[in-house]
This record gives sequence, structure tokens and C-alpha cells, in this order.
Amino acid sequence: MPMPEFFSALASQGFLQQALLAGLLASLGCGLVGPFVVVKRIAFLAGGIAHSVLGGMGAAVYFGIDPLLGALVAAILAALLIGGVRLAWRTGEDTLIGALWAIGMAVGILFISRTPGYATDLMSFLFGNILLVPVRELWFMAGLDLLLLLTVVAFYRQFVAVAFDEEFARLRGVPVAFFYLLLLVLVAVTVVLMIQVVGLILVIALLTLPAAVAGQWTQSIAGMMLTATLLGAALTSSGLALSYAPDLPAGPTIILLAGALYVVSALIAGARARYRARRAALQRVAGGHGPGTGARPPA
Amino acid sequence: MTAVIDIQGLRFAYAEATVLEDVNLSIQDGEFLGLVGPNAGGKSTLLKLILGLLEPQAGRIRVLGHSPRRARRRLGYVPQYPAFPRDFPIRVEDVVLMGRLGTGHGLLGRVGRYRSADRQAVRQALREVEAAELIGRQIGTLSGGQMQRVLLARALVGDPAILILDEPTANIDQRMEGEIFDLLATLNRRMTIIVVSHDIAFISGYVSRVACLNRTLLCHATDDIDGQMINELYGEEVRQISHEHSHAHGHEHSHGHSHADVHGQAQPRSPAPVAVSRGHAHA
Repeated sequence: MPMPEFFSALASQGFLQQALLAGLLASLGCGLVGPFVVVKRIAFLAGGIAHSVLGGMGAAVYFGIDPLLGALVAAILAALLIGGVRLAWRTGEDTLIGALWAIGMAVGILFISRTPGYATDLMSFLFGNILLVPVRELWFMAGLDLLLLLTVVAFYRQFVAVAFDEEFARLRGVPVAFFYLLLLVLVAVTVVLMIQVVGLILVIALLTLPAAVAGQWTQSIAGMMLTATLLGAALTSSGLALSYAPDLPAGPTIILLAGALYVVSALIAGARARYRARRAALQRVAGGHGPGTGARPPA
Repeated sequence: MTAVIDIQGLRFAYAEATVLEDVNLSIQDGEFLGLVGPNAGGKSTLLKLILGLLEPQAGRIRVLGHSPRRARRRLGYVPQYPAFPRDFPIRVEDVVLMGRLGTGHGLLGRVGRYRSADRQAVRQALREVEAAELIGRQIGTLSGGQMQRVLLARALVGDPAILILDEPTANIDQRMEGEIFDLLATLNRRMTIIVVSHDIAFISGYVSRVACLNRTLLCHATDDIDGQMINELYGEEVRQISHEHSHAHGHEHSHGHSHADVHGQAQPRSPAPVAVSRGHAHA
């Protein structure tokens, strides 16, 4: 049994406590921002931001700056560029996302290849290394979490309105372009928050899967946020625990757990929707009219 | 009576295609205006110009004495199709609450949660559209008619001076259509209403004036519609039939109507448009 080994190590090993904390801090980001990525269907956009981040990390390593700072700058620039193109031309952003995706990675790899001794960092940038999160970066992550929390709590109504119905939000005087760009900046911040845990290639799964599962079982964005945060915390913690004894990489373990949860949840939600549709149909046949179109379509 | 909407010399084109030209229209306070015309005749575009969602290439629009952008928080809008996915995780109450955005003042009115006054207004608006029992329902579970009532409540909850509806009954059955228009007739006692429809026969029992739009305005009053006008409007040979008009759902208008059925017009979404003029009998 690998679990007791993990818990006894957790009690004595500082690095493992820091890893657990890093996973929890990343969960808050995936819970606050993930629901918007899912309901607004911008997962591809978030993927583009995540991959373009390697350019910033590579440049930061080359110039001897903290790679997470480079990642943050690159992520925000990519978000504003993609968002600006969509707002200005109303179309064509997917080509730009694809280009930024590849160009960012190419720039990053060129910088890293020119930096002696940093080639091993590449793997941890790409796939994360939760066991090597320094305390300084935990503070950095906590700061980003606080920023996300304050922004989302202050403008929850506007974010939901823009995600739900941009045209109506505009008619109510909500500055839609501003909040759309702000949402993309929040996505950028969240990507950076998760890089240390699962790496930039796997970020997109942690950003979307817990929120998508939450969306199958909740009836509001706020409920989705709470559920996705708790699911994210459970997934990162159990992924860390499961990977510890067999010495597997934690990032991919977390992502596979999230993928398995998503498949199981989707199957159960689908079965529930079919059951409800059948029951509604039976009620219609049995006694006049039932709830009509009462069955919720499968998500 | 004062004009709440004043449009002069309006022209609008999407890229190369001119949709509206030389549109002049003045709408008075308290009117119930029906805007009719063929598909792609520019009805929805004109609404979007009034709402400030589109900018005209030429001409001038004044709404409540201001530019459309400045006035639009005092307008209520019900779109033809819901612009949101039906599987969005949201309850009816939260959808209608969005109609309260922009009613707060200062920075503190814009951040944080909705106030209890907003929730009170939502309950009131849902009662008014006879949908109070839907407040806790998930939007994905609503029928077409229920959804239309919720969208109407969302438009009303901001206490608009003008209510603008784009084919509010395109996706619901006829009995429900009558109920919605009865509701609009009641609302018209306290606000100006503009409603787009493809069905002149139906709305003529409710509206105080009909404007016919096909690229430009062809007529401004119900009394003007005759065979020639309908020809111009729909560009087709029309067959007119005169008969006593009565609605199945039985509201109060029993005077004679004459119908003009328009045939041959391509109408992918709607049945063949039927035009009627009020108070006249054309043979």
C-alpha cells in the first residue's frame, strides 16, 4: 500500500508539505477561472496562452530572471493580443492562437538551448514538478490567488453576464470588451499558477476538467466554482499521494485522475438525463401533461 | 405627445450590402408600434440601430433625447433567439437579475452582489409576466413559451421607458402568442412598445400603428395598407380575401379585417406572411 508511506513522509518531509500546499493553491485558480473557460468555450484559447508562456519562461531563464515572472508577462501579453484581435475583427482568432501556441514554444526552446545547464528545466516547465516548489514561489502563488479572488468576487455579476450573453450585457451598460480582456488576463494568471504543479502542456486539463465535472452537477457559476475548487484540491492531493511511493511524475498522475473522473461523471450525468427524459415521457402518457420539456439535455 | 424615438435619413449597410436606406420614423410616447416586412427587410437591423448595437453609415437616431448608446439602459430588449446556450448552468432568477445591471450608482453600485431590492424587482417582474413559479428553475428546462416570459421579465426588471421585442412569438404556439400579446397590451399602458413581426394579421389586433419596412419605410399607419402597398412590401402578387376576423383565444377586437395572403415569397422560418389593414374592407 503506497498511501501510508505518503502520509508518514508528509508528516516529516517539508518538500512534500510544500507540494501539497502548491496543489491546493493551484486548485483555487482552477475553481475560480475554470468555470468561465468551460461555459465560454475558450479552452483552445487558454491552451494557446499556456503554450506561448514557454517563450517568456525561456527568455527569463536566459536573462537570469525568475521564470515564473517571465511566464506571467508572456501569458498576459498573449491574452491581450488574442483578445484584442477577437474584439477588433470578430473572427480569425483561432489562427492567431495556433500561431502564438507554436511561436511561443519555439522562442522558449531557442532561449533554453542558449542557456547552459538549463536543459533539465525544460521537462519541469512542460510537465511540472510539484515536488520542487520553493517557499518563495508558494508566496507568489498565494499572491496570484488573492488577486484572482478579489477580482472575481468584486465583478462576479459582470463576468457572469459577459459569459452568458454579451449582447444583453452591453445593453445594460457593462463594458463588455474590458471584462472580456480582464477574463483572459485571469486565465493567463491561472495558467501561470498551475505551471509549477502540472506543467504548461497539462494546464489545460486542470483548467477545464474539474470545472466541466462541476458543471454537470451544479446550477450556477458560483456553485461550479466551489465544486471545481474542491475537486481540484482532491485531484492534486490524491494525484500527489498516488504518485509518491511508486515514484511516478505527479503532474501526469493528477491529469489522468482528472480525466478518469470526467469520464465517469459524464457517463453518470448522461444516464441521469436519459432516466429523467424517460420518466417525463411516461408521466405525459400516464396523466395528461408532465413537465413537458422538463428533462435537461445532457451537458 | 412627444417623440421618444426620432430617426432621420438613416442608412445602414453590412460591408457591400445596403440593408436600410432613407429611413425616417418618429415614434411617440405611449405608442404600440408593429414593425413588419419580409425576411431580410431590415427589421432586426433597425432595432439594433435603435439599441446602439450598430452604428449607422448616415442619418441620425435620437432615443429619449439622447444618442442610442446613452439611452439604452432605459430600453428593454427581448431578442428573437436567446443568445446563450441552453445548457448554461444558471437559474431563472439569475438570468432576470442581469436586467438589473447598470441600475446601481457609483463604484459601490457596480461591485459585489445583487442587492435585496434587485431580487425584489425580479420577483415583481416574474409575477407581472405570470412566471413567478419559474424563479428557481434551470433555464435548460424551460419550454419555448416559458423562456419567452423569462426574457420579457429580464427586459422589464430594469424599468424601461421603451420595450423593444424582435419576433417575440416566433418559436411558440398560437395560444401562447395571444397570451404574450395580451400581456404587452397591458404593459403598453405605462411604456412605449415596438414589436417586430412577420404577421400583420395577428398584431393588427393589438398595435396602435404599423410600420412596414423593406429596405426603407413604405408606410406608417395601419390605415394605409392596401394591395399596392403589400405588393411593394413583399414584391409579389397578392390575393386578398375579406372576412370577419376573430381570434381563437378571444380578446376584444371584433371589427372587420381584410386579409391579404402573399404567395410565392420564400419564407424559410415563418409561414406565408399575412397582411391586414385595420378598419377598412378591401375586396
